[in-house]
Amino acid sequence: MAETSTEGTGTIEALSLVPKAEARQSMKDFKSDQEVRWCPGCGDYAILAAVQGFMPELGLARENIVFVSGIGCSSRFPYYMNTYGMHSIHGRAPAIATGLASSRRDLSVWVVTGDGDALSIGGNHLIHALRRNVNLKILLFNNRIYGLTKGQYSPTSEVGKITKSTPMGSLDAPFNPVSLAIGAEASFVARTIDSDRKHLTEVLRQAAAHPGTALIEIYQNCNIFNDGAFEALKDKKSAEEAVIRLEHGQPIRFGSDLAKGVVRDRATGDLKVVAVTPENESEILVHDAHSASATTAFALSRLADPDTLHNTPIGVFRAVERPVYDTQMAEQLDTAIEQHGKGDLAALLAGGDTWTVVG
Amino acid sequence: MTSQVSSAAEQADGTVVGEQRKPAGTKDVRRLDRVIIRFAGDSGDGMQLTGDRFTSETASFGNDLSTLPNFPAEIRAPAGTLPGVSSFQLHFADHDILTPGDAPNVLVAMNPAALKANIGDVPRGAEIIVNTDEFTKRAMQKVGYDASPLEDGSLDGYHLHPVPLTTLTVEALKDFDLTRKEAERSKNMFALGLLSWMYHRPTEGTEKFLKSKFAKKPDIAAANIAAFRAGWNFGETTEDFAVSYEVAPAVKAFPVGTYRNISGNLALAYGLITASRQADLPLFLGSYPITPASDILHELSKHKNFGVRTFQAEDEIAGIGAALGAAFGGSLAVTTTSGPGVALKSETIGLAVSLELPLLVVDIQRGGPSTGLPTKTEQADLLQAMFGRNGEAPVPIVAPRTPADCFDAALEAARIALTYRTPVMLLSDGYLANGSEPWRIPEPDELPELTVQFAQGPNHTLEDGTEVFWPYKRDPQTLARPWAIPGTPGLEHRIGGIEKEDGTGNISYAPANHDFMVRTRQAKIDGIDVPDVEVDDPHEARTLVLGWGSTYGPITAAVRRLRAAGESIAQAHLRHLNPFPKNLGTVLKAYDKVVIPEMNLGQLATLIRARYLVDAHSYNQVNGMPFKAEQLAAALKEAIDG
Repeated sequence: MAETSTEGTGTIEALSLVPKAEARQSMKDFKSDQEVRWCPGCGDYAILAAVQGFMPELGLARENIVFVSGIGCSSRFPYYMNTYGMHSIHGRAPAIATGLASSRRDLSVWVVTGDGDALSIGGNHLIHALRRNVNLKILLFNNRIYGLTKGQYSPTSEVGKITKSTPMGSLDAPFNPVSLAIGAEASFVARTIDSDRKHLTEVLRQAAAHPGTALIEIYQNCNIFNDGAFEALKDKKSAEEAVIRLEHGQPIRFGSDLAKGVVRDRATGDLKVVAVTPENESEILVHDAHSASATTAFALSRLADPDTLHNTPIGVFRAVERPVYDTQMAEQLDTAIEQHGKGDLAALLAGGDTWTVVG
Repeated sequence: MTSQVSSAAEQADGTVVGEQRKPAGTKDVRRLDRVIIRFAGDSGDGMQLTGDRFTSETASFGNDLSTLPNFPAEIRAPAGTLPGVSSFQLHFADHDILTPGDAPNVLVAMNPAALKANIGDVPRGAEIIVNTDEFTKRAMQKVGYDASPLEDGSLDGYHLHPVPLTTLTVEALKDFDLTRKEAERSKNMFALGLLSWMYHRPTEGTEKFLKSKFAKKPDIAAANIAAFRAGWNFGETTEDFAVSYEVAPAVKAFPVGTYRNISGNLALAYGLITASRQADLPLFLGSYPITPASDILHELSKHKNFGVRTFQAEDEIAGIGAALGAAFGGSLAVTTTSGPGVALKSETIGLAVSLELPLLVVDIQRGGPSTGLPTKTEQADLLQAMFGRNGEAPVPIVAPRTPADCFDAALEAARIALTYRTPVMLLSDGYLANGSEPWRIPEPDELPELTVQFAQGPNHTLEDGTEVFWPYKRDPQTLARPWAIPGTPGLEHRIGGIEKEDGTGNISYAPANHDFMVRTRQAKIDGIDVPDVEVDDPHEARTLVLGWGSTYGPITAAVRRLRAAGESIAQAHLRHLNPFPKNLGTVLKAYDKVVIPEMNLGQLATLIRARYLVDAHSYNQVNGMPFKAEQLAAALKEAIDG
C-alpha cells in the first residue's frame, strides 16, 4: 500500500519537485471566493469537499497546484479551488494538462473531467495521456448522463437508457472507464464513490503519491437527470452485498460476514464470485495492485454487472511504476546538453556551410 | 575514362574525399549571368537530394539562388508514371534573383515520364539531358509516347544530350561489390557530377556530404562518390559536352556579412529557437505530423540542448492544447501545422483568444480544401486564419515573404504574441517551406529584444484597501493582460473559455460586460503596433501591385521586368495581414488602380475591398505552383493598360 501518512508528505517521490507550503494549511485555504453553482444535492459538492479537505495533507505550495478541466458540470471544479486553474474546452483538458505538466515539473497538475468530457469528445486525449504516463491526476466524475446539456445519455449510460435524445432507449454499449484505462496502459487506475468521503480521500492519497498518470473514476450522483444511478452501492444494506473493496495484499472478500469472495475459474481463467467455504477459502484471490500483468486488474474491472452494479469493485485496481513522460522528457534535455553542450545560438544559425561577403 | 573511374574506386577509402575537382581546361568555357536547372525523375530517383546537393554547391560558391522542389504526395508513386515525377528546380545567378525561374535552361530527365511531364515548361534552345537507358519502348508507352521523342524530331530545336546514365553508372561501379540494382541507384549522383562539371560547381561539399550521410555504410558512400566523380569525368572527357559554363558569384548582390543557404522551414525553426532565447523563455512545440510542416517538428526536436521541448501529440487538437497548457505555464508555446490542422485547432485558438495567452500557430499552407494537394503550395488559408473561429475571435496574422524571411517572421510573430498576450497566426506556405535561398546570418545585436515580465504581485486595490490580483486588468497601452504563471504565490487565479468579467476575470454573463469584452479584445488586436507598409514607387506610377506572403519573389521579378520595359508600377508587400499597417488605406487610395495577385481566389482582395472600399483587382492562380514572373508581368501590364 502506498503512502498513507496524514502529515506532510515530504517523502512522496511523485511530488518531490513541487515546493512545499511554508505554513500548515487547512481546508479553507483551498476554497476560492467563488460561489459554488452546482445544483443543490449534486454529488460534485461532496467530491469538492473531499478534495479541498485532502489538499492540506499534501502540504504543497498552493501556487504550485493547478486544476485543469474541460466542459461539463464537473469541469466547473477549478473555479472553486483556490489554486491556479483553467476551465478549458470540451474534452481537451488532458492535452492541455500534458503540455503544462511536461513543461513545469514543479507543479502538481490535476484534471477534472466527466464521463462525456473524458470518454466521448475527449476520448482520444484520455487514452493517450494514460499511455504516455504524464504526471497528471485525472478525476473522472462518472454520473452516466449528460448534465449540463440537460439529460442526454452518455458513453457510460446503460444500454436502453431512456433520455431526451433516446426516447426509445439508447442503442450503444457503454464504456467501462476502468477497463478502458487499463486497456490504455494506465499505470494507476482506481474507482471510488462521491458519498464515501473516507474511501475517496484514501484513493486521492494513493493517486497523489503515484508517479505518472492516475485515473480515478468517481461514481457521482446527478440528482437532477440520473438520480440514484449508484444507489445499489450507496444504500447501506445493498452496498454491503454489492461493493467489493479492493485492498492491495488482502483477499478479495465482501458481503455480510465477508461471505463472498473472488476466485479464479480454473476452466476459463476468468474471475468469479463464490460463497466462501472452508474448502475454497485458500483459493480466494489476493489483490495485487502492483502486478506487472494487467490481466487480473482487467478481469476485476469486468466483475460488476453493468445494470445492477452488483459485484462492483472499488479502490485501486492497478498501481504500477513505469517511466514517467515528463521525467523522461526532462532527462532527454539534460542528456542533449551533456552530449552537445548548452545550445550555442550563433553556431546553430551559422550551420556547416557558410560564405562571407566582404565590402 | 575507365582509368579515372577505377582510380576513384581505389580512393574509395576516402583518402582524397573533399578535394576540389577542376576542369582540365581543354574545353570551351562560357560565362552566363544566370541559369535555371531542373532535375526531374521518378519519386524514387533521388531528385530532391540531387537538387539539394547542387544547391549547396551553388550556395557555397556564392551565387544568389532560389529553389523550387516539386514532388508528389505519395512516397513512392508508381514508377515511370506522370504523377510519380519528382522535380527540383534551381535558379542561380551572379546577381540578386527573386524566384526559382519560369523556364529551365537545362532539363535533366531521368526517364520518359520526367521528360513528358516537364518538356512543356522548357523553351526551345534549352539543353535537355536524358537518361537514354530508361527510354525503353514499354516505359515510353506507359506515358503515351508512341514513338521515341529522342528520335521522332519532336525535340528538334533543343540541345539534346542523350546519355546512358544508368549504364555508365553501373559500369563505373563494376568494381564495387554491389548488385546491379544497388549500383543503378547511384545514377542521380552521376547526373549531379555531370551537372557539377557543366557549371563549375565546387564538389568537395558533396563528397563530404556523401561520406557523412553513409557513414555507417562506407561501401555505399564510396560508390556514390565514385558515381559522382564518374559523372564529372564524363562531362570532362566526352565530346557531346563541348562547353561548360561559369556563373560568377553574386558578389554585388549581397550586403557584407556571412551567408548560408536556408529553406523556409529551417529558417522558421531557427526563428523560433532564437525567439525563445531572446525572450528568455523555454520553447515548447506541440505538433502533429503534417505535410509540409513536419520538418519544423523534426528540426526543433534536434535542439533539446536549447531547452526546446517537442511534443508529438495524438492529434492536431492535442498539439495546440499541449502548447496552450505550456503557455499557461510560462513557455514560449508553438504549434505547427498546415491548413487541415488549423481547421482542427480552431476551437483551441478561440480558447487562447479568450484566455489571452501568447501562442504561435504556424500554418504552412498547402493546396486545399480538405486534404487537397499536400505537397503543393497555396495561400488560401488567409480567411481561415482571419475568421475561422466561432464568435468574435480576432487573431493577428504575420506572413513571411521569402524562405529566409521565415526567420524574421517567426521573431515578429513571437513579439506580437508575447507583447499582446494573444495567439498569432504565422502563414507560411509550401513554396517557402521547401524552397531555399541565401541568408545573411544575423549578428546577435541585430536580434530583437523579446523579454517579458511575468506578473509578480497584486495589481489592483479594492475599495477597502485590499491588494488583489486581477488577471484581466489590462496594460493601458497594449491592452494586454498580466501573464501570471503557476508557481507565483498570491496570484492564484482561474481562467477559462466562459466570458469573463472585465478586470476580475470571474465568470460573467452580464450583457454589457460581454459587449465590452468583445470590443476590448478586438481593440487590443486592432491596436497592435505594426510598421507601416513600404511602397516601392520610383516613377510615380498610377497602378499599385499589392501582395502578401510568398508571392513577393514573383511579384518583384514581374515588377522589375515591367520597369525594365519602361512601364511604371508601384509595389507594396504586406507582412502584417491583421492588423493591417496603419498607412495602408492612404497608400491604396493614392493609386488609380490596385492589383492583388494571390495564390487563392482573392482572399486578401476581399479583405482590402471590405476594409478600405477600394476597387482592388484580383489576379489569381491556384494550380499548386508559385506564379511565374513572365505571366505575372503580362497580367500587370494588362492592368496598367486597362
